[in-house]
Amino acid sequence: MITVKNLHKTFHTLGGDLDVLKGIDQNIEKGEKVVIVGPSGSGKSTFLRCLNLLEQPTEGEIWFEGEQTNAPDCNTNLLRQKMGMVFQHFNLFPHLTVLQNITLAPVTLKLKTPQEAEQAAVQLLERVGLADKAEAYPVQLSGGQKQRIAIVRALAMNPDVLLFDEPTSALDPEMVGEVLQVMKELAADGMTMVVVTHEMGFAREVATRVLFMDDGQVLEEAEPQEFFEHPKNPRLQDFLSKVL
Amino acid sequence: MNSLAAALPLSYFSEFPQKFYESFIEKNRYKYIVNGLGNTLMITFFAIIIGIVLGTIIALVKTGHANNPNKLRISNAICTVYLTVIRGTPIVVQLMIMWYIVFQSPNLDRILAAILAFGINSGAYVAEIIRSGIQSVDKGQTEAGRSLGLSQHDTMVKIVFPQALKNVLPAIGNEFIALVKETSVAGYIAIPDLTKGGDTIRSITYDPFTPLIAVAAIYLLIVMGLTTLLGKLERRLHRSDYR
Repeated sequence: MITVKNLHKTFHTLGGDLDVLKGIDQNIEKGEKVVIVGPSGSGKSTFLRCLNLLEQPTEGEIWFEGEQTNAPDCNTNLLRQKMGMVFQHFNLFPHLTVLQNITLAPVTLKLKTPQEAEQAAVQLLERVGLADKAEAYPVQLSGGQKQRIAIVRALAMNPDVLLFDEPTSALDPEMVGEVLQVMKELAADGMTMVVVTHEMGFAREVATRVLFMDDGQVLEEAEPQEFFEHPKNPRLQDFLSKVL
Repeated sequence: MNSLAAALPLSYFSEFPQKFYESFIEKNRYKYIVNGLGNTLMITFFAIIIGIVLGTIIALVKTGHANNPNKLRISNAICTVYLTVIRGTPIVVQLMIMWYIVFQSPNLDRILAAILAFGINSGAYVAEIIRSGIQSVDKGQTEAGRSLGLSQHDTMVKIVFPQALKNVLPAIGNEFIALVKETSVAGYIAIPDLTKGGDTIRSITYDPFTPLIAVAAIYLLIVMGLTTLLGKLERRLHRSDYR
């Protein structure tokens, strides 16, 4: 479904060039739940943001559903409709109600009529237990509620893949559970997911494959059992000894 | 204190009914004020509209170019020149250039010249205010919009711009208040505006106090009205901030 070949990303900063991704090759199949872990600054988020071209790769190829996404003639907007993203800081639109947040994109892009979009939104809200918040503004919600709305907003586009960029890192500990619960239900429904997270419990429970990134490279990848019980790379062993 | 007493002797108060009569009632002189107020309000109203339209376009061009330096190169250059020239020269000079040079053929309307001059002038300031508003909106908002598949245009119109406008409303209000008062130089091209009306009465009656204080009071009332209106609009836009 997603194929990444020799992906490089260099940021040109005032302090010189920063090589954040140093050649990543990955193949993500439909229905997979790939969890990416690793220390800060290892390039996890940048890798995720390259997938939907929020960052333009410096070198390499990304293929999605048979099309090269970083080719000049690819329609980026169409690609992103099929590839939802959930952000660390939710990024809900503060000037719109919850319902408007969810229906804005499908209605603006004329994928649904306002009535259809609202119906779908209410159904999704019921699924995450927030139907009573449809008319609320984001500022009136808790962090966990905001993130669940953000997930619903991405789902309203009926994406083929969902990308999660540290979805629980900005939450109070007691709210992490409700967001992970929604993600687990999505995973059980067969959604293809790529998740950058520090939640090792989630990785162990939900992932079909766990990647360990450090210094712009994927140093180890394995099924969760193997990954956590028998890490091979010394840097992964060191990382796990600190976080587990 | 002494000089004030000399300029305005206490006897003024006992003579006030007489002065008031001479300034406004006799020979229907109040019409200088009423007609002048009409001209001032007309110039201000249309100049504000031109300012908003022009300012918004320029702000969008400038931010569009800043986000992607390959796009809108020529438009951006034009906008930069416009901002530099308009903000770098006095409004009175711009007004006179508009009337005596641009509008040189005899059958054109002075008021129209003033509307254009003040509108074009205000547009430059509004543009920078709106641009700062757009920059004040978190980058995550744009990313969220784009990640849903919305185009850059839709993201700007539906997500960033409404939030930007909310943030800059006080500054925009400030600009409009300044504009109302700036139109008082319209007399330079012989437009009988509010200020000119008061001045005309002064030159007829030789009493400066009554007409000029009246003119000042009317400007004050206009500005206070505008402030109330903007306050209402601001509260409306801030509905989404209440917990």
